[in-house]
Amino acid sequence: MSVLIITESENNSLKRNAFEVASYGVALAEKLKTSCTAFAFHAANANELGSHGVTHVAHVSNVPEYFDAHTYANAIASYASKNNVTHVVISSSADAKFLAPLLAVKLNAGYAPNVVALPEQLTPLKVKRTAFTNKAFVHTQLLGNCNILGVGNNAFGVIENAVACRVEEVTAQNVTSNLEQISIEKVTGKATIADADVVVSGGRGLKGPEHWHLIEDLAQVLDAATACSKPVSDMGWRPHDEHVGQTGKPVATNLYIAIGISGAIQHLAGVNASKVKVVINNDPEAPFFKAADYGIVGDAFEVVPKLTNKLKAFKALG
Amino acid sequence: MNVLVCISHVPDTTSKINFIENNSKFDTRDVQFVINPNDEFGLTRAIWFKEKLGAQVHVIHVGMPKSDATLRKCLAIGADKAYRIDTPALDGAVVAQELAAFVKNNPYDLIIAGRESIDYNGAMVPGMLAALLDMPFVPNCVGLEIDGTTAIVEREIDGGREKLKGSLPLVIGGQKGLVEESDLRIPNMRGIMQARQKPFEIVPSQQASARSEDVTFEKPAPKQEVKLVPADDLDQLIELLHKEANVL
Repeated sequence: MSVLIITESENNSLKRNAFEVASYGVALAEKLKTSCTAFAFHAANANELGSHGVTHVAHVSNVPEYFDAHTYANAIASYASKNNVTHVVISSSADAKFLAPLLAVKLNAGYAPNVVALPEQLTPLKVKRTAFTNKAFVHTQLLGNCNILGVGNNAFGVIENAVACRVEEVTAQNVTSNLEQISIEKVTGKATIADADVVVSGGRGLKGPEHWHLIEDLAQVLDAATACSKPVSDMGWRPHDEHVGQTGKPVATNLYIAIGISGAIQHLAGVNASKVKVVINNDPEAPFFKAADYGIVGDAFEVVPKLTNKLKAFKALG
Repeated sequence: MNVLVCISHVPDTTSKINFIENNSKFDTRDVQFVINPNDEFGLTRAIWFKEKLGAQVHVIHVGMPKSDATLRKCLAIGADKAYRIDTPALDGAVVAQELAAFVKNNPYDLIIAGRESIDYNGAMVPGMLAALLDMPFVPNCVGLEIDGTTAIVEREIDGGREKLKGSLPLVIGGQKGLVEESDLRIPNMRGIMQARQKPFEIVPSQQASARSEDVTFEKPAPKQEVKLVPADDLDQLIELLHKEANVL
């Protein structure tokens, strides 16, 4: 029996969510009274997992540097079968949800994504996870000999626990992919919805794409990602990849600021996993106020620039 | 080209979510079921392939007779044939195994599923299906072009898009972007009449075994009432976010 933690990297460095997944995996191994290893691809700083309790990292670099689910799943599966891995811990990012089902078939494993807590029962393994797009939780039992847990983004948190960490270079087998990457387009120098601590989101209340500087200015002060509601992306005011909600991207950030968004049930479902929600809307009856922690009833065109300036001053004070 | 679209039958996005029998079952009373939105984007793209490239479009669902109306709607929108594998969809692994067994006997060039179902949000069926069939797989698919036996597929990634090339047969997990919201079809009377004449086959189950079991459900704790801050006192909001919520 052992726990294998799968981390994600970008630009030869661990992604932030690696530390949450590591914290979960280390806590799980403790609960199971067994050992744990982290499995990392192309991460020059893999040893930094030691700050979150990981004592051993298996590091692979003979796979494509871009995320290639097929070869990554093969590499993990062969390592897991050789090392008697019984519990695999992975994130619930889009890439993790690409990889985990492939891995589940290769390991003949049970798989629960969107897990929000450590198992409440160990045999059979029982975990709490979100369902109905954050409108409910379900307690799921996994029935495989090996089980894969996908930790929900920002659901468990990070636990700092500095230990000595040994990074072992591992050679992956079977690294031929069945897909070829042609190109990748990615915004740089800007926080992304999945990775940001804060997301500032705009809706129809902003009246047109020409007013989006209000959202962007506020986002810049907060080092936040920008997002939008479904009607805004449907009308082409903003690109699809900014659409958050039930059929768009999920948001599970620390602070979500919704401006001019009424809060349709589909939007709320997609952003509900965020820790703190602030709503700015001129309609006091907007349903979003019922789901928010803090609210301002007011005109976004007046409130947002003032808020941006005040936050700028607040940040300048440190 | 033969296209198979995997259809999940889910509560409408506006449904109230409640549970019965000691929170062990989803309460389906007064719930309207629809084609899973992510699957509908894929189905609409498949019908485009039918209209432009002469593809044959079949839809398939793993589940009980209560889903038949959803499959009829797919036929009314333009699919040529519907299959229902007659077994409860116990978990994603069961659905993937049943679909894989079907496809092994009935080959397709392209298999389209949705990114995830909006009820259990597992996002696992299309990937498991691809792995079981040893086919390439692209989830979060927002663009798909076919040229002969080559597919150019675009995947939404965090903060951008990735373009990939693969050979058919291929499995994708579709979502909005594959077609636009405005491209979605509403069945018209002619389509509904034609759907009654289209083949609808019930396929026996392979008795696939589940890898997970949903034991009990629970609703999130009721939310505390919103704290309203006057629009002319933004310092108070910043103070609350900083000291109380600890998020600045």
